[in-house]
Formats: sequence, C-alpha cells, structure tokens
Amino acid sequence: MLTLTCPYCGVAAEETELQPGGEAHLKRFGPGSSDAEFEAYLFARKNPKGVHFERWRHAYGCGKWFMAARDTATLQVFGTYSAQTPHPTPEIVAAVQAVRPDWQPDWTPATAETPAESLNA
Amino acid sequence: MAEALAKISQVQDWGMIQIRADLARAGDAIAGAAGVALPEQGRITTDGSRSLGWMSPDELLLILPRAETAEALAALQDALATEHALALDVSDMRAVFRIQGARALDVLMKLCPTDLAAMPEDGLRRTRAAQVACGIWREPGGYVLIGFRSVTDYLRGILTGAAAPGTQLSPR
Repeated sequence: MLTLTCPYCGVAAEETELQPGGEAHLKRFGPGSSDAEFEAYLFARKNPKGVHFERWRHAYGCGKWFMAARDTATLQVFGTYSAQTPHPTPEIVAAVQAVRPDWQPDWTPATAETPAESLNA
Repeated sequence: MAEALAKISQVQDWGMIQIRADLARAGDAIAGAAGVALPEQGRITTDGSRSLGWMSPDELLLILPRAETAEALAALQDALATEHALALDVSDMRAVFRIQGARALDVLMKLCPTDLAAMPEDGLRRTRAAQVACGIWREPGGYVLIGFRSVTDYLRGILTGAAAPGTQLSPR
C-alpha cells in the first residue's frame, strides 16, 4: 500500500484516495515542434526501476495535484512536493541521495534554477 | 448483542455555504462575516450553532442552521465583494449523517481508509466512505459525515450496514 502526504493539506492519504497522473515534469512540445519531439512528448515515458517522479491528485481530499518521488522497486517514498516546481526540489534530491548516494539528477542544475514562470512563457 | 454499533440519523435542517478565496488575503473578512474563527489547515472551528471547516488551501465550508443561510450568504458576498472569491449556497448539494454512539468509530473504520482515531479533536478529514467522497468531523458523542446528496441512499445503506448489531471490530 502506498501512502503519500499531500503537501497542500498535510493529510497522509492512502493510495485509493489518490488519482495517479503519470510521469512528472513533462515538457510540452506543441505547435512548431518537430514530429519526433511531439511524438516523444505524447508517448515516450520513463519506466525506471528505481527513483521515479510522479504526479498524483488528492482526489478524495483537497483535489490538488502534487508531485511525489518514490522508488518503483522498493516502493519507498522519498517525499512529496508542490506541483508548481519545474524540477524536483533540492530537499527531495537530498532525501533521495541520503538513501541512494550514487543517484544523480538527470536534469541540469542550470535549468533547475529556472523559475517556473519562464517555462510557461 | 442485538443493538446496533451506532445510531445513524440524517440531518435535514443544516445549511452549507461553500467559500472559495485566497485564505491568506481574505481570511479575516471571511471570519468576520461568518461569525466563526478561521480554522487552521485540516481543522474545523465551531462557535455556537455555526462551524467553519477547512476543505482545501483555497476552500472553506460554513455549516449553519438552514434558516440563517440566506443572511449569512449575503454577508459573505458583501465581505468578499472586493476579492476574487466565491460564496455559494450548497445546502441542497449535500447529505449529512450523524453517527452517534460509543462504537461510532468502528462504523467509520470499516468504510474509510483513514486513521480517524488519530484525527485531532477539532479535525476535519475529507476521505472516502466505501466508493463515495465524504467529509468527517467530530461532535459530542460521535461523528458527522457529509457526502453528496446524489448518493444519500448509498451512504445510508453502507452506514447502517457497517453499524449492524454484532459486527464490532474488537473481539466479542
């Protein structure tokens, strides 16, 4: 059983109170992008054995979307964080690396500092 | 043995007003117009016949006697006139049940995937009861459960069934 703490209402919600939303931090490729980029945006998803970032919605609660970091093999939950973040937060990265010291983020630190507004531009 | 775990009764004379607003900005105005203190995250505050429950980061639920609904709604809409906010009478949208009795918690434990025993005394927990969404808080002698009116019969059925005599969770 998966129990995630909703960062918006602080409730430790059980899996059946939540709605899964698939992979987190997808970047949209819309009009003007190449066919390959658009196809990858629509269909290509990570399927790692290990650390994974996901979207969940607190459906039987406050109704907000949030992000969760967990291990797909051990089901260990590293933490949950606000959906208004372009990349996992430094606290989440630290929590993952505390358990898996050899794990490295697959996004570049430069974009990690990009504010959310510029991604919406 | 032949006694139900808890007494299930439906409440008909409550009014409810849904308030959606930026609580950090408009919290004081809402509390003033509602006549109840602003609840903290996941809590419900009560003052006399009125309660104000925290539903989500931008949503509150005012519970009050139905006769006072129109007046309170007007007061809230007046107080929130300058805000990007919504105050709406949702009395007819909801069904309210009282679960009263020493084993009221047993009834809810069978239906909700929630540790209600660990809920604070003034907590409000939104969760599900079997297949439908609900909200639960405490009152003297038991619990109050709110759900959507469209599933009233379903809620009454599962609550009555979960309270069937002789079905308590602790050993007999």
